[in-house]
Amino acid sequence: MKLDSMYQDVILDHYKHPHGRGLRDGDAEVHHVNPTCGDEITLRVKYDGSRIEDVSYEGQGCSISQASASVLNELLVGKDLAEAQKIQGVFLELMQSKGKLEPDDAMEEVLEDAVAFAGVSKYPARVKCALLSWMAWKDATAQALGADVEAAEAERKTA
Amino acid sequence: MTVAHQGLTGLLDTEALRKDFPILERTLHDGKKLVYLDNAATSQTPRQVIDVLSEYYEQHNANVHRGVHVLAEEATALYEGARDKVAEFINAPSRDEVIFTKNASESLNLVANMLGWADEPYRVDHETEIVITEMEHHSNIVPWQLLSQRTGAKLKWFGLTDDGRLDLSNIDEVITEKTKIVSFVLVSNILGTVNPVEAIVRRAQEVGALVLIDASQAAPHMPLDVQALQADFVAFTGHKMCGPTGIGVLWGRQELLEDLPPFLGGGEMIETVSMHSSTYAPAPHKFEAGTPPVAQAVGLGAAVDYLTSIGMDKIAQHEHAITEYAVKRFLEVPDLKIIGPATAEERGAAISFTLGDIHPHDVGQVLDEQGIAVRVGHHCARPVCLRYGIPATTRASFYLYSTPGEIDTLVEGLEHVRNFFG
Repeated sequence: MKLDSMYQDVILDHYKHPHGRGLRDGDAEVHHVNPTCGDEITLRVKYDGSRIEDVSYEGQGCSISQASASVLNELLVGKDLAEAQKIQGVFLELMQSKGKLEPDDAMEEVLEDAVAFAGVSKYPARVKCALLSWMAWKDATAQALGADVEAAEAERKTA
Repeated sequence: MTVAHQGLTGLLDTEALRKDFPILERTLHDGKKLVYLDNAATSQTPRQVIDVLSEYYEQHNANVHRGVHVLAEEATALYEGARDKVAEFINAPSRDEVIFTKNASESLNLVANMLGWADEPYRVDHETEIVITEMEHHSNIVPWQLLSQRTGAKLKWFGLTDDGRLDLSNIDEVITEKTKIVSFVLVSNILGTVNPVEAIVRRAQEVGALVLIDASQAAPHMPLDVQALQADFVAFTGHKMCGPTGIGVLWGRQELLEDLPPFLGGGEMIETVSMHSSTYAPAPHKFEAGTPPVAQAVGLGAAVDYLTSIGMDKIAQHEHAITEYAVKRFLEVPDLKIIGPATAEERGAAISFTLGDIHPHDVGQVLDEQGIAVRVGHHCARPVCLRYGIPATTRASFYLYSTPGEIDTLVEGLEHVRNFFG
């Protein structure tokens, strides 16, 4: 069934057993909503220099938005900011591909469990659900690190 | 009809009637039959309306009230003929009380703006109050918030009871001598509740407040008599009642339409124009600036003919039977909670519900894969979701072509959803 390409087992697993859920100490907190469906997330980031020490979150919403937050936590915690930005960029590219991007090995290596969201990109109404936590993370990071974020982004692009 | 459906009375002959709606023959997702249960969002269009629209564009298309040529006269006659049909459909005392707009939102905004710019005694200002309810569609909340912000008028509202009805226990404190306008929905688009018009209108009349009724979810489903309602204004939209999109209606009492100022200015709404000032055409034209949605009005006229040929009382009866059956079946589904009245009494044919902890978006997506179209989200009535502490609901809404079999398919679909996420 076509639906299985959206609701991959990996996604359902993250939905039912979310990683790192709950709010913990952080350097910045943001609250993002998806106005079309009422998905909400409160997300905090904690940095140790440029290393992501923690991403904690609390939210309500559909399986896609909640699983995506769990995958984000699993992927980004412990990474350096530049590496995390790279992952976020690849995930964004995948989600905006309208189902036309077939993830290759290189992409899978970067995104790990997050490649399971490839099927979601075919459903325009659901892409925002998948991106909610990632946009919240980006926003929280900008607030926590300020100018450092832009510097890291510029460095990544020139590297 | 299967054994389970025997005993349901008042149903229309849907087998014959569904043939009028070509879209209901559609299959999707590898041959699954469309089960369209999103009628509160928009209704489907019968062949009779599609044909009238095609014929209009093929034979009569012209701008109205301007040319002297044949097409212009035909288009004008068709457009004004649609006004006659709508006037009769809602039992308006005069055809000149029927204003065509682009949708119900525009109708509601139009009244808010008439009152914002009006002279005494209608003027809404910082010493006056506006009353709405907590179950309004955003289109009957935001225009009043805007008016309140611009004029300083105080915005008040009726709250809701736990079972999805208006709490009128404090009606004398909510509607007071300061109230200029009371605007409320006749049938809630999210809860399905049919509101007690008479009690609210009586109190509004006591204090001399105007009454605006949002009949968007009523006009398609039950006989609508603006005189019996005793309101001052009634708003509704065409695309929820078998008509095309882009056409709405505002009915208003003639003396009010004469007294109140226009909102949009332009062609069509004037009498004479000089570079210094203008005088205005009489209602309804005073409120219809610019080229109106001609084809859409004509289409709405055809929709009114179609509904009338079936009979609004029969449609109401059919939907009541379907709703009663749906409520009964829904209550059999584990973890399903109806948001709104859990009975078919004093309720319309839209039923919102939650299904355990499964998010409505997931419910809607899995149902869609089975060909079942429902609406998920806050239904443009977010305060209702806040009131009941839920992020969103799934809503199934029925119409004259809905069948008990479709309810069964939905209930089976919900079982599948539960298994999928269970």
